[in-house]
Amino acid sequence: MTDMVVSHPVTLVAPAPPASDSHPLTLEPLKDKESGRQRIRLWEIGSLALASLLGNKIRTLLTILGVIIGVAAVVALLAIGQGVRIWVTSSFAESGTNTLTVMRGDTSMSDVEAIEALQLPIEVISPQYGETATIVAPAADESATVMGVTPSFVKAQGLELQQGSFFTEEHNDTVALVIVLGNSLAQELFGEQALGRTVRISGQAFQVIGVLKEKGGNSFGSVDDQALVPISVAHRRLFGGRTADGNGYLVSSIQIVVKDRDDLEMVKSQVERLLRVRHYLAQDGSEDTFRVLNQAAMIEQLTGILDALTIFLASVAGLSLLVGGLGIMNIMLVSVTERTREIGLRKAIGAHRSDVLLQFLVEALLMSLFGGLLGLSLGYGIALLVTVLSPITAPVSLWSAALAVGFAATVGIFFGIYPAQRAARLDPIEALRYQ
Amino acid sequence: MMNMIEVTNISKVYQMGTLEVPALRGVSFTIRQGEFVAIMGPSGSGKSTLMNVLGCLDTPTSGTYLLDGISVGELSDGNLASIRSLKLGFVFQQYHLLPRQTALFNVQLPLLYRGVAGRIREQRSRTALTIVGMADRMSHLPNELSGGQQQRVAIARALVGSPSVILADEPTGALDTHTSEEIMALLQRLNREQGLTVVLVTHNPEAAAYAARILTMRDGLLVSDETPNQQLPSIGHPVPMVQDRQDGQDGARWREMAQGGTNQ
Ligand SMILES: Nc1ncnc2c1ncn2[C@@H]1O[C@H](COP(=O)(O)OP(=O)(O)O)[C@@H](O)[C@H]1O
Ligand SMILES: [Mg+2]
Repeated sequence: MTDMVVSHPVTLVAPAPPASDSHPLTLEPLKDKESGRQRIRLWEIGSLALASLLGNKIRTLLTILGVIIGVAAVVALLAIGQGVRIWVTSSFAESGTNTLTVMRGDTSMSDVEAIEALQLPIEVISPQYGETATIVAPAADESATVMGVTPSFVKAQGLELQQGSFFTEEHNDTVALVIVLGNSLAQELFGEQALGRTVRISGQAFQVIGVLKEKGGNSFGSVDDQALVPISVAHRRLFGGRTADGNGYLVSSIQIVVKDRDDLEMVKSQVERLLRVRHYLAQDGSEDTFRVLNQAAMIEQLTGILDALTIFLASVAGLSLLVGGLGIMNIMLVSVTERTREIGLRKAIGAHRSDVLLQFLVEALLMSLFGGLLGLSLGYGIALLVTVLSPITAPVSLWSAALAVGFAATVGIFFGIYPAQRAARLDPIEALRYQ
Repeated sequence: MMNMIEVTNISKVYQMGTLEVPALRGVSFTIRQGEFVAIMGPSGSGKSTLMNVLGCLDTPTSGTYLLDGISVGELSDGNLASIRSLKLGFVFQQYHLLPRQTALFNVQLPLLYRGVAGRIREQRSRTALTIVGMADRMSHLPNELSGGQQQRVAIARALVGSPSVILADEPTGALDTHTSEEIMALLQRLNREQGLTVVLVTHNPEAAAYAARILTMRDGLLVSDETPNQQLPSIGHPVPMVQDRQDGQDGARWREMAQGGTNQ
């Protein structure tokens, strides 16, 4: 006997009877314990939302495009900003953060002596006078900065010698024609063996008594490419540099390293006062011909500017994230319209308003979280690229990643509320009729 | 025998701006458990409006409606959703399957909204799909199925929760004659084998002929209530109709009778 199959020809007047020998499959009513809650579980709504997103991958991707770009921009900009900050501060730090530098003006060697006489809590005071000159060696000529310095320069700059020794106060006092070469300069002039050899500057022979260890560059050039001579030699044998009254010698800068960072401002004002007195300048600073730079303060100022710039750029990127959120809302509204009949169906078969609302909210949250994570990877990739291609190292910090993704999720929920409410409020009858 | 649906003097008036459109103007009838009822009538006579009220998708302007003993008229939106979830199964002309989900997922959906655990949900959905003859199409997407097959999946979705009533508004309206007959035969079989109460709307007298009882609407009123197919003659087999049952044990009782026949 055949089962009551559908393909069985059926007469309209007399529908075929069911097979009397087959045991029909039946569905027993659901027992109470099988549907005790009678409401959908929260995580099941999550799985419905996920199923819906995965069911339409292209729509999902289009919806979160704005968030991806926004988060990537925030993450990359914060990383690059941080990288520039590190790069700048480390360039400064090389010359010490306890350092004051007296620049320009007609400061002279006698000013240096006067500062020394003040008995300030100073570790080192290092006057410098330099010009560019051609250094002639048997095998090569090099144009380089020749700096006249005192032995205190070694300590002020934190230098170490690779070969030989630095010149002494005695060399300076006796105006001895000795020279210490920066590491790269020594290589270029002599290759390996520079110590004990002779170079000529302005026709005078200098004995190489030391070669510096490699120091590495900063953003302002490097001592590696310079030659150092006693400052008395620079003044009297090479460049001149007399003061206007003809009685003394000028310096191009004075580097002052204080013992304690807290004394920086005090020393600075003392030095300024002294110089104004010595040069007959008004004490209010309005006539100053010199400047005393406080490096630590400069770094603080500069990093402050950099931080403000980074925050500004990241905020602009954050704004684009907000626009990304608007994109989510926009496409979700279109999607609610597109899915009107689906929503009607869900409600007809038993979905409560809150079930529909939650599903759409979870969809918005999942999309923005997913967009946030994709954006984070993209931003990380950009930061990595910058690190590889530029001198700066752009680190993606944990907090910036958390901030960007968290912000994306918040934006997603916020902009998901309105479309979700629209969906939840649909009347099932009209929704099912919607074409 | 238990009254599944008890409708008393129901009216429904739609407000179109200042215009009042009466769609139902005082309708009363009773449907007992296990009945197979067709509602007929010309277009605009209020069939869909009545079905929406019966389906707890809409509430009547006046009159009372008892579904399985529960007075539906005063219920809140949330309670109506719960009633739909627990007591009703819907079959639509347009099938309304989620287009990007498999047949199995579609059938599970009502159970999901009822909080039924995953294992039981899947097992029941498989059974429901097997009952409607779609056992070999469970993982197909709707667009991989013919109209008739999609409607079978929709019917499986309607019956998976063992509802008190299955409501079908023109379930064959989008199908050709042959497929319509198959779907009607399926609904008839579910009514008999599963003891399901089925109420359907149709324009088609041939489709209505599968039902034991036919209600006819005109201008928002019930104009006739006939039971033409109560004692259908069949080819050698007496067909016991639901009304003939003595004790309302519906499906189980029918199965016993069917099996008893073979054993003789
Ligand atoms: N949402 C509505 N707003 C206004 N009038 C409606 C609405 N739904 C149905 N009607 C009207 O109510 C009457 C009955 O409609 P309906 O129940 O759909 O009839 P049927 O399903 O028998 O064709 C018709 O005159 C129709 O125009
Ligand atoms: Mg209709």
